[in-house]
Parts: sequence; C-alpha cells; structure tokens
Amino acid sequence: MNTTLAFLGQFGDAVEFIFKERDSVGGGVQVGGLGEIGELGWTHLKVSLVAMAVACAVSIPIGLYLGHKGRGEFLAISVSNVGRAVPAVVLLFFFLAYVGNGFRNVALVLILLAIPPILTNTYVGTRQVDREVVDAARGMGMSGAQIVRRVRLPLAMPTIFAGIRTSAVSVLATATIGPYANLQTLGEPILSPQTYGFSGGLGAAIVVAFMTLVADAGIGLTQQAVTPKGIKLAEGPRRQRVRLGLPTRRREAAA
Amino acid sequence: MTFDLIAQVELRDRSGAGCVAENGFCPDWIADNYERYIDPFFEHVLLTVVPVGIGFAIAFTLALMAHRRQWLVGPITGVTGALYTIPSVAFFFLLQPLTGLGNTTAIVALTCYTLLIIFRNVITGLRSVPADAKDAARGMGLTDNQMLWRVELPLAVPELLAGLRIATTTTVGLAALAFLAGAGGLGAELDRLPSFKSNVVVAGGLSVLLAAILDLMILTVQRLVTPWQRASA
Repeated sequence: MNTTLAFLGQFGDAVEFIFKERDSVGGGVQVGGLGEIGELGWTHLKVSLVAMAVACAVSIPIGLYLGHKGRGEFLAISVSNVGRAVPAVVLLFFFLAYVGNGFRNVALVLILLAIPPILTNTYVGTRQVDREVVDAARGMGMSGAQIVRRVRLPLAMPTIFAGIRTSAVSVLATATIGPYANLQTLGEPILSPQTYGFSGGLGAAIVVAFMTLVADAGIGLTQQAVTPKGIKLAEGPRRQRVRLGLPTRRREAAA
Repeated sequence: MTFDLIAQVELRDRSGAGCVAENGFCPDWIADNYERYIDPFFEHVLLTVVPVGIGFAIAFTLALMAHRRQWLVGPITGVTGALYTIPSVAFFFLLQPLTGLGNTTAIVALTCYTLLIIFRNVITGLRSVPADAKDAARGMGLTDNQMLWRVELPLAVPELLAGLRIATTTTVGLAALAFLAGAGGLGAELDRLPSFKSNVVVAGGLSVLLAAILDLMILTVQRLVTPWQRASA
C-alpha cells in the first residue's frame, strides 16, 4: 500500500514540475514550469525537425533514383544494417570527442541516424512497384521522370512514410541526450538530477514520451492519408509485402 | 567514418607521452587501462542477453497465441508498438518509481523494446509458410499441434532468427544508455570520460564489436539449423 502511494506521489510530483516552477535542488535557481519545459521542448523539436528535413531531402531522392534504376541494392540495404549496428549514443559520443559540441553537431548525428530507415524504405517501396504497372505507364508514353513522380512515388508513399516514422521516433528519442553535446533539450532535467531532482527528470521523461507517441501517431495518420486508394483496396488480409527484416512500424492491416 | 578518424589521430599519436594530456587517441593509455573495460563489457553482454532471452520467451508465446487467434495480432502489435516508441532515456526514468535504480529497471525496459521486433517476425514467419506445405502436412494426418511444431515453426525459423538478430543489435545499442538506470555497461564508461577520445573509441568500439559478434553468432545458428536454405541458395 505504502509503495503504491509513494509511486503515485512521485508521478504527481513530476507532473507538478512540468506545470509549476520550483527551487532547484541546490537552491538559488528556479527550475521547471511550463516556461522552461516549453523552451527545452522547442529546442528539442527544432533540432529534430531540422534533422528530419535534411534526412528526407537527402535520402528520398537517392532512394527513388536507386529504386527506379534498380541499382545499388547493396548500398541501400547495407546502410540500414550498419546504421543499426552503430548505436545512436556511441555516434553522439564519437562526435562529441572528435567534432565538438552544439546544435549543428547534434543535428548531424540525428541526420546520420535518420537517413538509413528512410533511404532503405524509399528504395524498397520504389523497387516493389509492379513491373506491369511501370510497363503500362511507359506504354502510355511517360518519361522516366514522370514514371518516378506519378507512378512509383505515389505507390511507394506508404513504405516511405513508414521509414519516416521510424526515423522520427528515434530522432526524437536521441535528441534527449543532446545535453551531452551542450544542447539544452528535454534531456537536460533527465541528465542533471543534481539541479532538477528526480521528479524533474521524471517530468521531462513524461514530456519526451508523450511527444514521441504524438509524433508517431501523427505520422501514422499522415501515412494513411497519403496512401493511394488503390493500395488500400488491394491490401487484403493476405497481401504480402516485401520485408527485409526491418521493423517497419506499420501496423498489420487487419488479418 | 571510423577509419577516417583513426587514420587522422594516428598522425598525431607520434607525439607520444603528451597524448593523454592532448586528448589524442592513445594506444599506450588503452594498453594500460584495458582492464577497466572488462567488467562493463560483460555487464553489457548481460544487459543484452537477458532482455533478449526474456523478450523472446514472451514474444514467442504471444505469437503462438496470436497465430491461433488472428484477431489478437492487431492489439498485441499496438501495445508492443507503443512500448517500442517510448524513448529509452525516458523509459529508464519512468520505471524508476516502480523498480528503483539498477539492473531490474534496465532489463525491464530493454525487454519491452525486443517484444515488437520478435513478435512481428515470428508472425510474419508463420504466415509465410507455403500453403502447399500445410496442405501436405494436413494430408499426412498431422494435428494442429504437430503441424505447428513440425512444419510451420521449422519453416518460420529464418524469419524468426532474423527478428532475433535485429532485436539483439538494437538491444546492444540501447543498453549503452542503461547507465541512466544505474545498470552500468559500456555506456557508463562512455559517460565517465565523455570527451576523452581514447575512452570513447574503446567503449564505443567494444559495443559495436559486441553487436557484430552476437549478430554473427545468431547467423551461424541460422545456417546450422536451416540446411535446406543453403541447398537452394
């Protein structure tokens, strides 16, 4: 009984930290409250958005090109394997020791982290478009660029978005360790318990978790919205998708 | 990228003794201090193997349940997916009011991350069993249970082990943050001297190495238990 109450108490305290300012553990400074959480959250979001934008701008065109030409399968696939083997934390610490601190470096780490899932998924999505569909488009007189833009891209949309979703979640999660590189993200209260106390860390953890779940659900909805009607119809319970052993976050349709 | 960095620092290394003070990449320092990495390395192994083992037991059971009752796939994917989405740093904190600081917290969180990956791969593996094989098994008079253990599961092994490989490499990476839950591991070494290059290279390198070794081990197992795949390849 006692433990249950204590447990609720810690969470209550953490929630209060999110909404109300308080003295820091060492005293002297005011910490917490919507003002500070908002500021940290904004930095968190900003660095994540920048990283996602750059990663999309780099990997979607490359993935489309490679997928369309049917080249570079090895590159597109091994990039994601290597990406998984080098953990985000290790990458961040490498950057920290060799390149330095700050917004730009954290963004760079996040970009490197976000590229593999988007690149691989774009490649796979583009590649798996039915040969016959592409032939039909060519027969109608479409040029290569038109085929990519008007046939391959729309049909690959759901897979591409699955990649974006995977990346966005890991980027938001990894931005949490930004304070190691001197970037004050929501990880700050988590990594500096000597100032913020345990409930500060817990409060920030709640905000980060919430933000990630919202981003995940939001991108999931967008994914639904950009899926061409034809695919939704064709996606019967038995439809098999090309899998490369990647945990795409896409929910299995019905079945 | 790593090779680049190593090549770059080797040039500087000629300076010798002042290496540590200069924060270079110092083979001498590493040779003198390699012992400090032994315990964290094995902690890291533990933080990977235990969660993947428990996660496999849970996810495999769930997958067998869902295989019989397909409507369970959606809800289970939803719940494990939500767990998978929670950032690890946050997760290690959210669990602390319940399980305190230490290995338990880290292992619970890391286990949660393996569930989605393994569950999904087992289900995919079971679904990709050719209908012909199942028909033949049925024709030979196998019961549901016999069919599952003798036909479906063996044919699902490659997909299942693929899931295990992803889960293992992912867990090695996430375990590098387990020090936030007070569980040690190589991450704790990174955290101790975060801007000392030699330390980052050794601690980070060891975790990448661990991921590669475990990955190769599972791959070898896969080769050994699925001889028919080699024959067709």
